[in-house]
Formats: sequence, structure tokens, C-alpha cells
Amino acid sequence: MARLHERERTPREREGSPWTGLGAVLAKEMADHLTSARMFILEILIVLTAVGTVYAALQGIRSGGQTKFLFLRLFTTAREPLPAFIGFLGFLVPLIAIAMAFDAINDEFNRRTISRVLAQPIYRDALLMGKFLAGLFTLAVVFSAIWLLIFGLGILGLGVPPTGEETARALWFLLVTIFYGGIWMSLAMTYSIIFRSPATAALASIATWLFFTVFWDMVVGLVVRLFQPAQVFSLEQALQLAQLELNLARFSPNTLFAEATIILLRPSVRSLGIVLPIQLDRALLGSPLPLSQSLVLIWPHLTGLIAVTILLFVVGYVLFQRREIRA
Amino acid sequence: MSETVIETRNLTKKYGDFVAVDNLNLRIQKGEVFGLLGPNGAGKTTTLLMLLGLSEPTAGEVRVLGLDPARQPLSVKARVGYLPDQIGFYDDLTARENLIYIAKLNGIPRHEIPGRVDDVLARVGLSDVADHRVRTFSRGMRQRLGLADVLIKRPQLIIMDEPTQGLDPELAQQFLRMIRDLKEEEITILISSHLLDQVQAVCDRVGLFHRGRMVLEGTVPELGRKVLGGAYRIRLRARGKEDAILEALQSLPGAVRAQRAASDLYEIEAESDVRSEAAAAVVKAGGKLFALDIEAQNLNDIYARYFEEVKHGPVA
Repeated sequence: MARLHERERTPREREGSPWTGLGAVLAKEMADHLTSARMFILEILIVLTAVGTVYAALQGIRSGGQTKFLFLRLFTTAREPLPAFIGFLGFLVPLIAIAMAFDAINDEFNRRTISRVLAQPIYRDALLMGKFLAGLFTLAVVFSAIWLLIFGLGILGLGVPPTGEETARALWFLLVTIFYGGIWMSLAMTYSIIFRSPATAALASIATWLFFTVFWDMVVGLVVRLFQPAQVFSLEQALQLAQLELNLARFSPNTLFAEATIILLRPSVRSLGIVLPIQLDRALLGSPLPLSQSLVLIWPHLTGLIAVTILLFVVGYVLFQRREIRA
Repeated sequence: MSETVIETRNLTKKYGDFVAVDNLNLRIQKGEVFGLLGPNGAGKTTTLLMLLGLSEPTAGEVRVLGLDPARQPLSVKARVGYLPDQIGFYDDLTARENLIYIAKLNGIPRHEIPGRVDDVLARVGLSDVADHRVRTFSRGMRQRLGLADVLIKRPQLIIMDEPTQGLDPELAQQFLRMIRDLKEEEITILISSHLLDQVQAVCDRVGLFHRGRMVLEGTVPELGRKVLGGAYRIRLRARGKEDAILEALQSLPGAVRAQRAASDLYEIEAESDVRSEAAAAVVKAGGKLFALDIEAQNLNDIYARYFEEVKHGPVA
């Protein structure tokens, strides 16, 4: 009885706001990211890639006879031996995101700073959220800079300014890229909570990424074969199988990212049907879609990317809240 | 009038079946320096973390400055400074940057931060190296920076976990002097340590911790009386008739025990300081007094003796 009474006197819910101290954590973590040697190396890597692929793309565009959506072609044109810039992004984005987050939490434990920081009047929420947002903002800063660099090179190289539609599409592309990074960052951050050793967390993150990049297609192929009847009788059955394969493939963030960027950067791609993505290169039929229709086409992809980011963050959040501070 | 700063009632923490802290009842008054002493693994750090709301109690009540750390963690942590054992800093940042970060987390107004940082750095004697990276700091400097880190929020209560561990004796003394200075500012201090003799010097009261339980609590002389029997140990060197001297010493009022330790060395355990009476008794018994010495209470002795008794008793 006495205890019950005692409990009633103090408020049941936590006092104050979980955002207390978020700004301080955010500022400190962003400063760390932007000045770290790790980030410097990654920035050099991505700037070199951007300049290289865009230079190659410029030459390709000049020799080709196309006149529409020149700026978007800067991102998508591949010229032997270099792949297109978006091809590079497919693995550079996860690499950068993982590199920024794989030691986010376990490093605080290993340096023994965690108890000192959490002994300050902030909640764990602020620490985790601050670290995540700092990573996301850093990613946004880096990719915005690259984006501007590519546009700048484009203006110099092509001699024409980008149209409004091109700019809008490229901005959406930037947004998709950042959230694609968000997925890998929240994954790496969750691993950094699960694994005590940063090396293990980094390996686990890379392994997950490799799984989705290299092995997922094989897994999908195997699964589809399981469902395949001994003989395909009708076109309908064949279509169903193809649809199943496509749906399974879309569990991989890489597929979502690839499809979303293709739709955004190639307005003439009019559907994400069964023909995707292998036959896209030759899909020249019809006139380009307006931006709004392209967005409708990739809206599920966008929400999927953001939802997975949030989901992974929540998993990490719950694990971190339950973690004993004592090493 | 005294104010209770820390109060726990039947505080218990279990990790699975293992009981880390077992029904702890603790009261610490304002301005006190309290030493939580015990071997490693006795549950000291767990207790400290529960006081800070960094670990949730399995059962029992905690009040720190009248607040519940589990429900009002921000208010508690804004008023309480915590110096963890083996304190870690961001090595790539300077001492100043580390302190600024902590100041910001405490919500100290922006314009006050530079002044406060300079103040605390000067206080712990690190002003010269304020802009050096913490990577280059020695163990002693880190520990002092840790103290600065705690002081920047101007706490009412400071909780220190093994503050002198890993420091050489001189640095440890220096650090303890800083703690004594804090006491003069009416800051309540709770120190956990297994280095008894170092902590003995600064603590008003101590509690001995063993297997999650507070087995003894009180001032050092009180504990001495409880465990060693006599609170005062007097050694004297005298020559003369040994039996007569011993008898005289044994019959001193207040003497619990008197014995001959060596040929002309006698030891008395007494409830009070009976040095002058002992001297008089020796002379009266026809002995010549050469030396008279009182031994300060030693926590190590108390501790060793206590656990010796526990081991032989039914508790173990």
C-alpha cells in the first residue's frame, strides 16, 4: 500500500522532452563527421567518381544526337570503360553510409564516454537520434555538393542551363539517394548497438549489403524456381512467375533505388512492369512522362525506402534503450 | 539542521539470478563525504548507476535530492555530477572542446560557457593544456579533466567511482585534496572505492559493501570500535618490571585489552585516548617510559578483521 501511494506522488511518465540535448549531439557529431579522415577519403573518392563519369558522359552526349533531358543524361550515360554515375552510386552510397555509422554506439562504449555523456541531463533518445540525424545531414551535405558539382560541370560542358523539369527531377533523385543512404546508415547503426566491436559491426553491415547486392538475385531465382510448375502452360502463369520474381527482387533496397532512379532520370521510361530492368536501355518507345506521373510510378519505392529506414532505426532504438550502461 | 541528499529504501538490483545489490538502505546528509567501500564486484558501481537513473532498480526506492532518478532523470542528472571509473573522453577533441560539449548537453546558456570552462580548467590546473587534444593527456590529467567535467554543471552532489584508481600515490593525494576542497563548498560527495586507506582520509562516514549488502556503516572510529573492539590503539615502549607494567596497563579505565608485543613494547586497545593515564600508570609501576604513540584507526585493519570474522561466522 505504502509503495502504491509513493508511486502516485511522482509522475508516471518521463519528465521533460526526449529532444533535450539533441542540438548539442547533432552539432558535435556533424563536426566529427565533417572533419574526420574517414570522411575526407570518401569525399575524395566520390568527387573523383563524379568528375570521371560526368566527363565521360559529356563526351558521350556531345557525340550523340539527343537533345532532350541532357542534364539527366549526365547521371545515367555510361561510356566504356566507365559505368554511369548512378551505377557507382549504387555501391558508393551504402559504403559511405555504413562507414559513418558502424561505430556510432559501440565506439562510445569502447571509449567509455557513454556513461559520461548519459550522466548529463539528456535521454538516450537524444544521443541516438542526434547521431543518426548527424549522419543523414552529413550525407545530405556531401551529396548536395556532388549534385551541384555535376550541374556545374554540365553547364560548362553543355553550354545550356538545365530546364525546370530537369532540376526538379534531379532534386527528387537527390532525395531518393539520401534516403537510400539512410537505410544503410540505420542498419549500420543498429549493428553498432548489437555488436560490441566496431569491426564486427562493419563486417556485418558489409555482409548484409553484399547479400542484397550479389546474392539476393540468386535467392530470388531459387525461390521462383520452387514455385515454377513442371511445365509452364499459359502466358498467365509465366506472367505470374515474372511478377513474383519482380516483387521478391524489390525486397532489396538496391532494386528499389535502381528502379526509382531510372524512372526519375529517364522520363521516357513509362512503366516498371515486367520488362524491367534489363530491357530498359532499349525502351525508347513513346514520349517522356511528366514528373508527376513518374513520381506516381515510384511513390511506393520512396515510401518503402523511408519506411525501412525508420523501421531499422526503431529496432536500434529499442535495443539501445534496453542496453545496460555498465560495461 | 541537516537535509537528506541520498536516501534508498530496500534498494535491490538483480541480473537474472545474481543479486548485485541486496536491500540497500542508505542515507547521506547534505555536505557529507561518504565512502562506499568494498572489494571489486561488491555492487558499488551498480548502486551508483541506480542513484543516477542510468540503471533501473529491480525493487526498492531511491531518492536523490528528493527526486526519483527513474522518473525524473533529467532533474537528477542536472544536479548530480558523475565521475565514472576509467573515464573516457573524445580523444580527438581538445580538453576545452570536451568540456564545451558537456556544458551544451547540460543546457548551460551559450554566453556562460566560455567563462565556466575557463573557471573549471583553472580549478583543476589544466589551463595550460586546455587546447591540447585529450589523446596526449596522462592518467592524472584525465582524472582532473574528469573532475572539471563534473564541476562545470555546478552540482549539488558528486558521485565518484574509484576516483584514485590507477593514480600514483602523489597524484592520488593531490586528487583527494581537491575533493576536500569541494567539501568546504557544501557539496555532498559519494565516493566508491576499494582503496581503503586513501579514501579513509577524506570521508566523514563510510559504508562497507560486501556481496551487495552494506555490512557496516559509520565513521571510521565507530567502525573501529564495532569491529576491532577498541577504537584507539596505543603503543608504548617501557622498561621495568614487565608483569607489573602489563598489569597496570590492563587495569586502566577504558582499556579493552593490553598485551606485550615485544620485549619492551606494549599495545593497548582502548575506548578513549588514555595516553596520559597509561604514561602515569607505567611510571607508577616503576617502569621507564621511552616512547608513547597512538595509532590512527586504519580501515584496512577494520576491513580485514571484519571479513575474517564473517568468514568464520555462519554468514559465509
